[in-house]
Amino acid sequence: MLSVEDLYVNYGTLRIIQGVSMKIEDGEMISLVGSNGAGKTTLLKTISGLKKPESGKILLDGEDISALSPDRIVARGLVQIPEGRKLFPQMTVQENLELGSYLKEAKKKRKETLAYVYEMLPDLKKKAAMPAGSLSGGQQQMVAIGRGLMACPKILIFDEPSIGLSPLLTDIMFEIIRKIKDSGTTVMLVEQNVQNALKMADRGYVLEQGRIAMEGRAADLLENEELKKSYLGI
Amino acid sequence: MAIPILQSLFDGILMGGVYALAALGVSLIFGVMKITNFAHGALITVGMFVTYELYAALHVNPYVSLPIVIAFMFALGFVIQRVTINPIINAPSHNQLLLTQGLSIVLENLLLVMFTANYKSITLKGFDQAINIGGIAINKPKLIAFGIVVAASFFVYILLNRTDTGHAISATSVQREGATLMGIRVERINAIAFGIGVACAGVAGTLLAPMQYISPTVGEGFQLKCFIIAVFGGLGNIWGAVAAGLIIGVVESMASLALGGSWSEMVIYLIFILVLLFKPTGLFGRKTR
Repeated sequence: MLSVEDLYVNYGTLRIIQGVSMKIEDGEMISLVGSNGAGKTTLLKTISGLKKPESGKILLDGEDISALSPDRIVARGLVQIPEGRKLFPQMTVQENLELGSYLKEAKKKRKETLAYVYEMLPDLKKKAAMPAGSLSGGQQQMVAIGRGLMACPKILIFDEPSIGLSPLLTDIMFEIIRKIKDSGTTVMLVEQNVQNALKMADRGYVLEQGRIAMEGRAADLLENEELKKSYLGI
Repeated sequence: MAIPILQSLFDGILMGGVYALAALGVSLIFGVMKITNFAHGALITVGMFVTYELYAALHVNPYVSLPIVIAFMFALGFVIQRVTINPIINAPSHNQLLLTQGLSIVLENLLLVMFTANYKSITLKGFDQAINIGGIAINKPKLIAFGIVVAASFFVYILLNRTDTGHAISATSVQREGATLMGIRVERINAIAFGIGVACAGVAGTLLAPMQYISPTVGEGFQLKCFIIAVFGGLGNIWGAVAAGLIIGVVESMASLALGGSWSEMVIYLIFILVLLFKPTGLFGRKTR
């Protein structure tokens, strides 16, 4: 579905992503973990078309999308739920959701998708008419997820969805991500919460200083001594 | 005693409506792009000249020419944004100020070249007599202008709040990255918003055309007024701008009645200074982030 090949990305004169390659198969869920400043967000911005790479390819269903504008990438079914949610706070929850289906193809299915989102995230239905900015952090994260789903993604990328959430809410949110995966959507989960993220995923990648330091089956990575020491504090 | 005050109140509200519509454009553009359009006055003048030319050359009634003016001004705004504003969208604000100010000078001089500095006017048969209601004389073009302002504001409201494009405009103004990630083409939305703002200026120009002399520099007076009103209403708050427009209209006409015409402008600027000193976010402005 998505494969990144030897990607290099600069931020000004700083080389942030230094030759990253990774692959996500159809229907798979992978976790990309790494500490703050490892380059996770830069990598995601590049995949979504917000930043252009220096070199390398990003293939979505075999086609290079690295030169496409963000709207074209969304239209091809790659949707990112950004870190910090980036909602439209003065607009209602429902208006936020509806804007998720801004592009033509998704707009055609707006009604059905909205019903599906409300079924999956029933709390949002009760808050539909409230300004998104008035909701709690956890609820706002749900709106962000719902808004992403409204775009009818083939692959959904979560950037630090657990940031700022209580452990209980984090569990609920991971459960929702699992449901989305089970419904057939390919998921890429980017997290600092290494243990939770790897527990859920099929495979994992560890990003360190702009390079893939480790990769493999998520269950194996969780047993890896080096990873345990650096990220899990065991 | 009461009649002149009522008269002045009416005049102020009617004129304030036109200010409100023009300032709505300034505030909308600022809200979306964080750019103050100092070419707004010149664009009002462009609207006047389009209206005048349609009237003089093709005998089109100014009010009938409105749809043409709206389409033309929207397209003009869209192109101006794409060609001149978009490249400096992230530049420091003093550069943006210089650019829109420069745009204003270019537009004025273009009008000067094309139409000379001679004053022009539109006289509409049957529109020059005022309607008399209980001793208050109501100028017909002003009354019609007010009606059109109400309709235009309502139209803008529907456009911004009930359509996807409008929602995309609001989304872009508060959360650019979030909007981009939803597939909203921010550059295109900026150009559309600028087009709507310029169309508002154009409509104001059409409505003003039958009320006063038309010359290439006539927009200058409106430029500063629009800016003051937009700040007064809270830059970016378009309904604040509408309310502030009405207030400034009334203040201007009341001051003119009480102190004489030459004082009225000064009272407006005095209020502006007071607003900047004591409530710099404007009457209806939210706290700045």
